[in-house]
Amino acid sequence: MTGAAMVRATGLTKRFGGLEAVRGIELDVAPGEVFGFLGPNGAGKSSAMRMIACVSPRSSGSLRVLGLDPDVDGPAIRARIGVVPQQDNLDAELSVRQNLEVYGRYFGLSRARVRRRAAELLEFAQLTDRAESPVEQLSGGMKRRLTIARSLVNDPELLLLDEPTTGLDPQARHLLWDRLYRLKQRGVTQLITTHYMDEAEQLCDRLVVMDGGVISAEGSPGELIARYCTREVVELRFAPDASRPGAEAFAGVAERVEELPDRWLLYAADGEAVLGAVHRSGVRPRASLVRRATLEDVFLRLTGRSLAD
Amino acid sequence: MSGHSERTPEPSLVPSAPLLRVIPVGSYAGRARTLVLRSALAYRRAWLAFVSGFFEPVFYLLAMGQGLGSLVGQLPGPDGAPLGYAAFIAPGLLAASAMNGAVFDSTYNVFFKLKYSKLYDAMLATPLGPVDIALGEIGWALLRGGLYSAGFLAVMGAFGLLTSPWAVLALPAALLVALAFGAVGMAATSFMRSWQDFDLIQLAIMPMFLFATTFFPLEVYPRPVQLLVECLPLFHAVELMRGLTTGAVSAGLWAHVAYLVVMAVLGGVVAIRRLGTLLLR
Repeated sequence: MTGAAMVRATGLTKRFGGLEAVRGIELDVAPGEVFGFLGPNGAGKSSAMRMIACVSPRSSGSLRVLGLDPDVDGPAIRARIGVVPQQDNLDAELSVRQNLEVYGRYFGLSRARVRRRAAELLEFAQLTDRAESPVEQLSGGMKRRLTIARSLVNDPELLLLDEPTTGLDPQARHLLWDRLYRLKQRGVTQLITTHYMDEAEQLCDRLVVMDGGVISAEGSPGELIARYCTREVVELRFAPDASRPGAEAFAGVAERVEELPDRWLLYAADGEAVLGAVHRSGVRPRASLVRRATLEDVFLRLTGRSLAD
Repeated sequence: MSGHSERTPEPSLVPSAPLLRVIPVGSYAGRARTLVLRSALAYRRAWLAFVSGFFEPVFYLLAMGQGLGSLVGQLPGPDGAPLGYAAFIAPGLLAASAMNGAVFDSTYNVFFKLKYSKLYDAMLATPLGPVDIALGEIGWALLRGGLYSAGFLAVMGAFGLLTSPWAVLALPAALLVALAFGAVGMAATSFMRSWQDFDLIQLAIMPMFLFATTFFPLEVYPRPVQLLVECLPLFHAVELMRGLTTGAVSAGLWAHVAYLVVMAVLGGVVAIRRLGTLLLR
């Protein structure tokens, strides 16, 4: 990860008037990597993405995308990247196929080239049989697939995906993940923002957790779990009216405990052992569950459980 | 819109060298043409809007020119020579329809794409910049306005209302009118916050249509009102057009041309800068 970094940022900052949306972040994304931005709403993920996409000038710090400076070479960079925005902005006045062809023309591709490319991408997005439909008639999942297909029209080296699967049903999400995985196999570097932890665990080689405009943690999903959480989590559920044990009941049995309205969470390397100890001490939860720690546990630990906005 | 070139920068629709000096670098990819192509594809489905845009001035010409004109008789033309009422208002209607078409395209349509369909945001994810968008949209408005104007000129010819060879210049003049109003309309739209603000545009357009010498000569007004009317952009458009279609050509027409050119340049520069500020936050 030296001179060939796809994206490199140091002290990258974005201010909107008095509001500092991104507060001096460092990034280094290697070719072929799938890199995730995790964070609650308003964490600054989208602002960072917009700066990388060269549609939002940075307020301070340095930024290089594909080795170029967005302030100087914006159009040259945009010619080589693909962007999937948070909200679909397909051209509602055009058909599915025309959306791909016209978008290719914006990149300066010839008519013959965009016609070929549109046919390939319709196949890739499983939309060939809807090619002549108006865009309004597509389902949410189809629109999302078309938006992703559109972002590939110029064979981008770097793909920016802002919450690619928000609002989709599980089938549509899995189909999209499959498509993104295929792109990764082809060596397309991807930057993904998401607040779905399962999505980040599925897709990302490496990720950063953003909160309040700064990066609060960085690593692979496994590294982050190892660093900020325990291997396993024991969930003890109690009936709302029943008298519940206090934190002292679990003193010494787990590395960390957390109380939620309906349950206790006990963090430990060996969940079964903790559960055994709990039972022996006479605590009788209504239900109990031992599970592996997930990125979601890390996320909630780092960014808190209260609503961001 | 020929498909023979791969990535060649095209000559811009408007000679833009002085324009580009006040525009940030990287905001023009030289591909405004692809937006015109996009609009042409989109309008294949909306051909009805095209037809209604053509017939509107024709209906006015029939109702006012033939109907009302039979009561009015003759009016003094630009050079004082008497002129039939239909021949008097036809160039005014031509100017007004060029204005209306350009204003509609550059206000309602642009506002919708800017705020709701986010079409321009999608375009800016490509090498296109705000200058491509502004030139492309204004270029389309011109092309559309040009078609309407050509159609209306043909109707005028059929009614025998084109009596001077100077009338061939009425088409380029209509394009200049459309360019000036399109550029200013787009600039104004960039300041609009909601659909309510569009009532202001109606408030500007409607009285201009009625009072800027479209239907009667300037001499009807007392002098102070004449001065006011002479400030209106549509007045200059109408007078330019009337001079050309009736053959009352004098050096004074250049003043009208100059007014419209200044309007187009100012509107264009403001539109491009504001689009950049709105879209590239």
